[in-house]
Amino acid sequence: MRRLTTIAAAATLAACASVPIGERPTLSAGDLEQVTAVFKRDFRERGQAKLERVVLDDVQRLCNLHNDNPPETLAKPLEEAQHKAIPVPAGSLIGDWKRGERIAQSGRGSMWSDQPGVQEGGSCYNCHQLSPKVEAFGTIGPSLAGYGKIRGTSAEMQRYTYGRIYNSKAYNLCSPMPRLGHAGTLNEQQIKDLVGLLLDPASPVNQ
Amino acid sequence: MHPIKLAVALGAAALMTAPALAQKSIYADYQRMTAENAPTELFELEGEETWKKRQGPKNASLEACDLGMGPGVLKGAYAALPRYFADAGRVMDLEARLLHCMMTLQGRSSEDAAKRVFGNENQASEMEALSAFVARHSHGMKLAAGRWHAKERETFELGRKLFYHRAGPWDFSCASCHGEEGKRIRMSDLPKLSEPKYVRPLMATWPAYRVSTSKIVTLQWRMNDCYRQMRMPEPVFGSETTVALIHYMTVTAEGEIYRGPAIKR
Repeated sequence: MRRLTTIAAAATLAACASVPIGERPTLSAGDLEQVTAVFKRDFRERGQAKLERVVLDDVQRLCNLHNDNPPETLAKPLEEAQHKAIPVPAGSLIGDWKRGERIAQSGRGSMWSDQPGVQEGGSCYNCHQLSPKVEAFGTIGPSLAGYGKIRGTSAEMQRYTYGRIYNSKAYNLCSPMPRLGHAGTLNEQQIKDLVGLLLDPASPVNQ
Repeated sequence: MHPIKLAVALGAAALMTAPALAQKSIYADYQRMTAENAPTELFELEGEETWKKRQGPKNASLEACDLGMGPGVLKGAYAALPRYFADAGRVMDLEARLLHCMMTLQGRSSEDAAKRVFGNENQASEMEALSAFVARHSHGMKLAAGRWHAKERETFELGRKLFYHRAGPWDFSCASCHGEEGKRIRMSDLPKLSEPKYVRPLMATWPAYRVSTSKIVTLQWRMNDCYRQMRMPEPVFGSETTVALIHYMTVTAEGEIYRGPAIKR
């Protein structure tokens, strides 16, 4: 009986070990193709969310293959290409922080339930603390409270901040942050307004 | 307003304003306090009626539906799902299986059976009521999704890959929000869904009555609404993608006592 119990326990352990619970898989190029094919079969376009959204671009492919930590030699050229493609407008990039606050608060935009062609929000508060007065902020990204007070409003800082919102992957290839301008979720004026929210000394973010 | 909904709303309001509740644990306390008299019973009764109702071209009920324990056996069926079904040649969760039974037993087309799978605050869908009814018969039993059959292992592996697969205009995977401990989106806690200790209490409580929207919600709805917020196209109801993710999480939660249908914030 004791022996049987031992065998049963060993079998249970073996079975547990063979189902890798809690472990992140190492994905091959074949795995990515398999998942994309499954998505193409299992998803339907709805509203503005067309089926082509399941197709991976170079950035997504590399990040998926390397668990969001690709070798520098592969990541750098892609980062540079993403950076080059950011259309930074001329002149001051500091827009209206009041409009920026509304854009930062809104979690809508680019979903199948949103009106196509209407740019709404940046979902900023979903992941970041911005104005210290707003208590409902997420913690997936770093706190941006005091962002401009710490960094100043130089032309270089304006360009960096604009670029970071437009395409975060140009600075950190596998950044968890959406490429809000690149994806078409936010337009030029909206990103300027968010730069205003972050940099304007009068913005609640810097109080 | 429906009297039960009103009672729930009043109860929720009373709890929300209870001054003794600490900020951090308010939802945990709230869930514990309301779990005892969840309004899911109403939906379970509705589900039972639907289960027994003759409909479709074959004018048949679902009473002969085999949920994995034999035709018509309800006890423990939900706790053993998702699992492989030889007659369908694939792994199915409860909702995919119900859809299958509607098509095979009642002779309904997939379009007809899946026409209204997500209800609203005025009326639950057929699928939601049925889910609550079937799940009730596993209350108190251990979650034990199938994971011995080769197809079940394949499904688990697919679910695991899907969980980490970043795609779409916002480059999101499930792990973007559910990959780390202690994170929050706005005010909502984000459970790390690859970790048994966080997944177990969750999988033990679906389907559930959601007080914030006055709706009964199912796991298929949860998958659908997550992909909406991930800015992806819409996953087909009961598709391999949605079943694989549900299977991945249910296997991760293996052994947890099923406590649903429950109530959620």
